[in-house]
Amino acid sequence: MSNIVVDKTKVPWWVSNVIVPLVNLSLALFVSGIFIFIAGENPIEAVKLIIFGSFGYIQGFAYTLYYTTNFIFTGLAFAVAFHCRLFNIGGEGQAYIGGLGVFLVAINLSFLPVPIVWLLAILGAILFGAAWAYIPAYLQSKRGSHVVITTIMFNFIASSLMIYLLVDVIRDTNQMAPHTVKLPEEIWLPSFEALSGVLGIKIRYSPLNLTFLLAIASLFFVWFLIWKTRWGYEMRAVGHNTQAAIYAGISPHKNIIIAMCISGGLAGLLGVNEILGVSHKIQAGFPAGYGFTGIAVALMGRNHPIGILPAAFLFGILYQGGSEVTFEMPNITRYMFVAVQGLIILFSGALENLFRPQIESFFVNRLNREVRS
Amino acid sequence: MVSPILELKNINKSFGHVHANKDINLTINKGTIHGIIGENGAGKSTLMSIVFGLYQANSGSIKVNGNEIKLRSPKDSIINGIGMVHQHFMLVENFTVLENIILGFEGETVFGEKLKKAKKDLKKLCETYNFNIDLDATISDLSVGFRQRVEILKSLYRGAEILILDEPTGVLTPQEVDELFKILRSLKDEGKTIVLITHKLIEIMDLTSEVSVMRQGEMVGHTRTENTNKEKLAEMMVGRSVLLRVDKPEVEKGETVFKVKDLTVKDDLDVIRVKNVNLEICSGEILGIAGVTGNGQTELLEALSGIRNVESGNIELFGETISQKDNYLNPRMLKEKGLAHVPEDRQRMGLVTDFKAYENLIFGYHDQEPYSKSSILNHKEIIEYSNKVMKEYDVRPSSPNLLTSNFSGGNQQKIILSRELNEKPKVLLVGQPTRGVDIGAIEFIHQRLIDMRNKGAAILVASVELEEVLSLSDRIIVMFDGKIVGEKINKNVTDRELGLLMAGVTE
Repeated sequence: MSNIVVDKTKVPWWVSNVIVPLVNLSLALFVSGIFIFIAGENPIEAVKLIIFGSFGYIQGFAYTLYYTTNFIFTGLAFAVAFHCRLFNIGGEGQAYIGGLGVFLVAINLSFLPVPIVWLLAILGAILFGAAWAYIPAYLQSKRGSHVVITTIMFNFIASSLMIYLLVDVIRDTNQMAPHTVKLPEEIWLPSFEALSGVLGIKIRYSPLNLTFLLAIASLFFVWFLIWKTRWGYEMRAVGHNTQAAIYAGISPHKNIIIAMCISGGLAGLLGVNEILGVSHKIQAGFPAGYGFTGIAVALMGRNHPIGILPAAFLFGILYQGGSEVTFEMPNITRYMFVAVQGLIILFSGALENLFRPQIESFFVNRLNREVRS
Repeated sequence: MVSPILELKNINKSFGHVHANKDINLTINKGTIHGIIGENGAGKSTLMSIVFGLYQANSGSIKVNGNEIKLRSPKDSIINGIGMVHQHFMLVENFTVLENIILGFEGETVFGEKLKKAKKDLKKLCETYNFNIDLDATISDLSVGFRQRVEILKSLYRGAEILILDEPTGVLTPQEVDELFKILRSLKDEGKTIVLITHKLIEIMDLTSEVSVMRQGEMVGHTRTENTNKEKLAEMMVGRSVLLRVDKPEVEKGETVFKVKDLTVKDDLDVIRVKNVNLEICSGEILGIAGVTGNGQTELLEALSGIRNVESGNIELFGETISQKDNYLNPRMLKEKGLAHVPEDRQRMGLVTDFKAYENLIFGYHDQEPYSKSSILNHKEIIEYSNKVMKEYDVRPSSPNLLTSNFSGGNQQKIILSRELNEKPKVLLVGQPTRGVDIGAIEFIHQRLIDMRNKGAAILVASVELEEVLSLSDRIIVMFDGKIVGEKINKNVTDRELGLLMAGVTE
């Protein structure tokens, strides 16, 4: 009898967290294949190109990991808020403002020792991102304005604000384009090729840089925060059952604000990758949709760091491999891969439970039979 | 000559690994009131949901009037003359009685002739069974007892010959229960068959002619009611003899520890739900609050436990004001002062059902040592503690890593109780200590509460179960419409007196 109880809790774990997402993903890719076929290209060839483009050579793989870095940040950002049942759709704006934080800290404090500049710039990213998330959080907790609405509006506000700043306030006055001056080279985060150069390996340029390690550290941080600390515990309690949280003396207001600020801070870290690591200046629109794709990453990863890592990696592959495909196949445009992303979001987000019951009962029955025999 | 109207043969039903019904055989005779009793989770509701077509059995056969039938949906059951009144009513609040009854059976697009006929038929039904319902009344204006009648009427109108009632008295006052029983008897006299699912033994003895007992998914016995008694049935239900009344030694009452003065409380909709309530609780005493659901007990408990702001008046704990208008200590501060609270709705408030058992076992105490140190949870310590209390409180299954929603209601309640009692509170507020909890667990929970009292805790118990209030309390107050309408010393009060007070009859 006790065996059966253990099974009941064990079975759905890997079935619902591994098998079901994989089935959903396969379906999305299958439908994408049909699209590619209709567009007049061979889907199998496209898959080959994707795999080659993202794994086939070091530079491609480095690009994949660079995209993965961004998706980890924005995926984690969505996941943390979601554990408090908040749909933070504002990762895009928080990342944008986070980038402002990185830049302002780095350019003004560049006289400090380099590691300290990095540390402060990271803090700047977190603080600015968190501050941008704080306003919707406050409005949600005190005024009941729904965070979905406010965060999405704050994306637009962030965008307008940044355009204003880039055009009128912090623009590199030697340029017409809306971007800032470059940061002094000595405080750039070491890139992958610089690091491998130290080891005597020569590779071509890629945007991958030290921020990747920060992303991996963030995965650990979120895991620890959500499941090992009192704050994570309280955030989850508020998210799952607000009434019960109040009963237990846990303040929903406080936790909504904490969850949103941590979420915004994580989104802000995207700015570290983009500004301290890659472009070394703020360019208009640099978050480039990573904030939104992060929602899909979190959904696919079931809001758990262990799931977010492979989900972010998958989207990294799609981004990098996808650009390879559009380069090689004239009938496939960049937008085709936006559609592929859309399909993945559709199947692993909106239609997440389409086949879940069937798949789960299939496995439960199978295991039942094994237990009995 | 009795003839079976409903026959179930070897019904089996599993939900995943849970075998909810095992080889159930049941024969119900025409024109009888047949009781089905069993603890929570015994499989009564599952069985009746199969009969009503809500679930399909994995195997077995169902016969109505000797003919084997297939029940794929409630529609099939209605066609075969089976009706069901659920524990939670399925009525559209802003529709009239008539509109609710014909819902889905309107028979015409533009109301006219058929509606008139339906009204006539219903009037006749009402007269036959003394329903005393105004067909044009809006549901939201009706009391719970009347709503239930609407449900019964709905089933009858749809041609029910067999009427299944799932825990029909849970929400009724004693007087309403009497009225319901009258109606059920007159239905029986007219040849209808009634299946009564309940866990209240008194109702079985009062009303039924035959009774079937279920335990852990199995049918453990059928008997004619006249050949059995409460004690025997209880024993069959739990599989051992149980004490229906707890032993309660005399205890010296201590000082007053909890004092409520002129308390008025509003609910979330700004309606005054507690009106000028005064009460005191001493250490070593259990004060019972009797009353039908919705007469202010919920809001009173929430105000006392620091969840809800008070409108006026104040609350004192150990002589210190803990709550007055717009200024109250929150539950966490109250816990530190030795006040624990077992909320009346465990799933809405007492637990996070998506949490694992161990997470709920420290809920509200999670920031205290040894469960957490400088905000980091100490899992080893928590699991160790969880294993210990789960054993002590006989929570089954005793696996701290199981999701709380996988525990039965009784075991969820034990999780809350073990959490709240473990800290040895000086004041304990308990709402519905045993709602939806089986008899074995009720006894256990009652014993724990009495133990706490004997050790000098001041305890407030609010329950809609009169028997529970009577068996636990030293002193009883009755709430009606937000006011305390009577206070009695337990020794010299009858349930009839209390029942009248609960119904608002003060003199």
